[in-house]
Amino acid sequence: MANSFTRMMSGRNTAVMLASVGAGALASGYLLSDMTAAAERRRAYPPSADFPDLRKHNNCMASALTPTIYARLRDKTTPNNWTIDQCIQTGVDNPGHPFIKTVGMVAGDEESYEVFAELFNPVIKDRHNGYDPRTMKHPTDLDASKISSGMFDERYVLSSRVRTGRSIRGLSLPPACTRSERREVERVVVTALSGLKGDLSGRYYSLIDMTDKEQQQLIDEHFLFDKPVSPLLTAAGMARDWPDARGIWHNNEKNFLIWINEEDHTRIISMEKGGNMKRVFERFCRGLKQVEQLIQERGWEFMWNERLGYILTCPSNLGTGLRAGVHIRLPFLSRDPRFKKILENLRLQKRGTGGVDTAASGDTVDISNLDRLGKSEVELVQLVIDGVNYLIECEKRLERGQDIKIPSPIPQFRK
Amino acid sequence: MPFGNTHNNFKLNYKVEEEYPDLSKHNNHMAKVLTKEIYGKLRDKQTPSGYTVDDVIQTGVDNPGHPFIMTVGCVAGDEESYEVFKDLLDPVICDRHGGYKPTDKHKTDLNFENLKGGDDLDPNYVLSSRVRTGRSIKGFTLPPHNSRGERRLIEKLSVEALTSLDGEFKGKYYPLKSMTDAEQEQLIADHFLFDKPVSPLLTCAGMARDWPDARGIWHNDNKTFLVWVNEEDHLRVISMQKGGNMREVFRRFCVGLGKIEEIFKKHNHGFMWNEHLGYILTCPSNLGTGLRGGVHVKLPKLSTHPKFEEILTRLRLQKRGTGGVDTASVGGVFDISNADRLGSSEVEQVQLVVDGVKLMVEMEKKLEKGEAIDSMIPSQK
Repeated sequence: MANSFTRMMSGRNTAVMLASVGAGALASGYLLSDMTAAAERRRAYPPSADFPDLRKHNNCMASALTPTIYARLRDKTTPNNWTIDQCIQTGVDNPGHPFIKTVGMVAGDEESYEVFAELFNPVIKDRHNGYDPRTMKHPTDLDASKISSGMFDERYVLSSRVRTGRSIRGLSLPPACTRSERREVERVVVTALSGLKGDLSGRYYSLIDMTDKEQQQLIDEHFLFDKPVSPLLTAAGMARDWPDARGIWHNNEKNFLIWINEEDHTRIISMEKGGNMKRVFERFCRGLKQVEQLIQERGWEFMWNERLGYILTCPSNLGTGLRAGVHIRLPFLSRDPRFKKILENLRLQKRGTGGVDTAASGDTVDISNLDRLGKSEVELVQLVIDGVNYLIECEKRLERGQDIKIPSPIPQFRK
Repeated sequence: MPFGNTHNNFKLNYKVEEEYPDLSKHNNHMAKVLTKEIYGKLRDKQTPSGYTVDDVIQTGVDNPGHPFIMTVGCVAGDEESYEVFKDLLDPVICDRHGGYKPTDKHKTDLNFENLKGGDDLDPNYVLSSRVRTGRSIKGFTLPPHNSRGERRLIEKLSVEALTSLDGEFKGKYYPLKSMTDAEQEQLIADHFLFDKPVSPLLTCAGMARDWPDARGIWHNDNKTFLVWVNEEDHLRVISMQKGGNMREVFRRFCVGLGKIEEIFKKHNHGFMWNEHLGYILTCPSNLGTGLRGGVHVKLPKLSTHPKFEEILTRLRLQKRGTGGVDTASVGGVFDISNADRLGSSEVEQVQLVVDGVKLMVEMEKKLEKGEAIDSMIPSQK
């Protein structure tokens, strides 16, 4: 961790700068470095006075947060001065739904996961099927050559897609970043992307400068992301200063796409029509590796550690941050009462074709991996490939009037 | 309670240009006033409770505004915000409040007996009368900034104060958190219930945090005096009744406010007030009296008269739809209220409403008879 801060502070005399801008400070104003005022305020209100009322809440944070944990964490800050209250605000403001358990907290920076480990760890365990960050290690594997039988029957699979996120080490995450940090993320990533060549070469469309025509094109291609309206995101402060430093990059072939400064520093997407998941994943891995190399040339790196894998804003995306999926037509299977259980045992989830929290249109569903943490990218993509092939088999059998079997559940973690 | 980047000191490692918001597409008072220089001067400061200039302006950065409607675009997090961030807020206040200078003094006058008339507005036209204001309790930070602990203590003190009232002010508190369905229906039917803010102007300023914790509504048994706790301000105090007796509404308003203030003072928590800005509230637009006194009045003919807008401007009044701010009028019925808040007293502002509405009702009657109203058009007040 030390190197991320020396990176920021090197060559800059912070004390001198603060002193110079502080000249002429009003008597009642304090300089930001002065924390005694905040300390006084904390003494006036014990943690019990501030403990949120979570009785009507159903999210992972509410299940894990006790008054004791809160009392221990309330007065801590990360090096960016991010607090536990800021982490949990989205979960306090969004009580959740009896059927859908959201995570209910976010990280403001890489250090949040350390400083507030006492709350993040049980939340991570809850969300990621028992993965214990204190004792387990997360495997990272982006070697696409290990994938077998990644070509789907295109009478069923309409499109294939793999996405993940990456955060730039040393800069705060979307809930906490300042405008200058967000602009820095944009600069770092766009500079790196301009170094991509061959089938990966492309261009950047900043949301601020986008023309109406470009905007319409990107919407038609299903590339454009919108200002977040979900209260889960807005309550976490991720929509601040919109659309400043937000944008979309895609390659000329339009099958490799990067979102900048939406819910994470970057979201990387490889997609194409049809069923060639292996090619989609191959391009995904190749693109990711090249982007990483390009940012490393300039002294930057992705946030990653061996306990949590790739560090992203939402704990649900830790590990691989990977969602590999297909749009697939399963008219018979999707109506079969065993569909849900089959998906569950295959560690797959279904979404509507508009993405998370949408309904399926017609017989087409979005099928993707449930897990993110504890299994590598290769393992998860293989799991999706094997699972989708199984679903297609079931569909074919049902077409022929044959019976199908619910597969035995896939084990959770490598021993 | 900081949200977003407010205490993130890393921004100080970047030059002002790097951190300065892009306000090129913005139309609000903050965007008009905030230069890079002012931002540079203020960005490393904080109030004693830790509120920063980025906190102040976030709502204005996130809400570029509308070409026709000039919003304020900034909020205060505590009483000291108006001092520490003077360089930004003084020009905003000047702009919003008709040239009010940093050296001007504001008059407070809650002596209802100083109001002349106001008890004879024609109830055939004036359907209801209402006066509202806000109050902030000294020693606490404001809704954009306060923690759950502070908000709950504000609720506790407010409920103690209100439940000690008697006579015409005897009433009951309904906390949002534990309201029954029946209570909720009744409060909606009475037009008393306030909702979780959905306006991005408010949510981007952090005012909806922890909803509905420590929010509630108190009203007297007669349903003519109502207090909102912890919505956009610590307290919003409302006096209202059907018909045109604004005098009575204002009397009850002043008396009720006085009683509440007395109780808070006894607990060493008076209201935030100073002689330059009057009553301190979250939004700079509500400084001074924080008072909006108005009526729902039927003006179907006058409202379509070509000089209607000009008449309102001269009378220092504004119109809204009957749903309140940013709504349309229904059936020729308008909400007419004072436009000013700062630089004139409560009595003066209510007087303008009383006199102005009286005049407009007379104009309406003339127009009904097919007569002209040109001779009645007032000079600029």
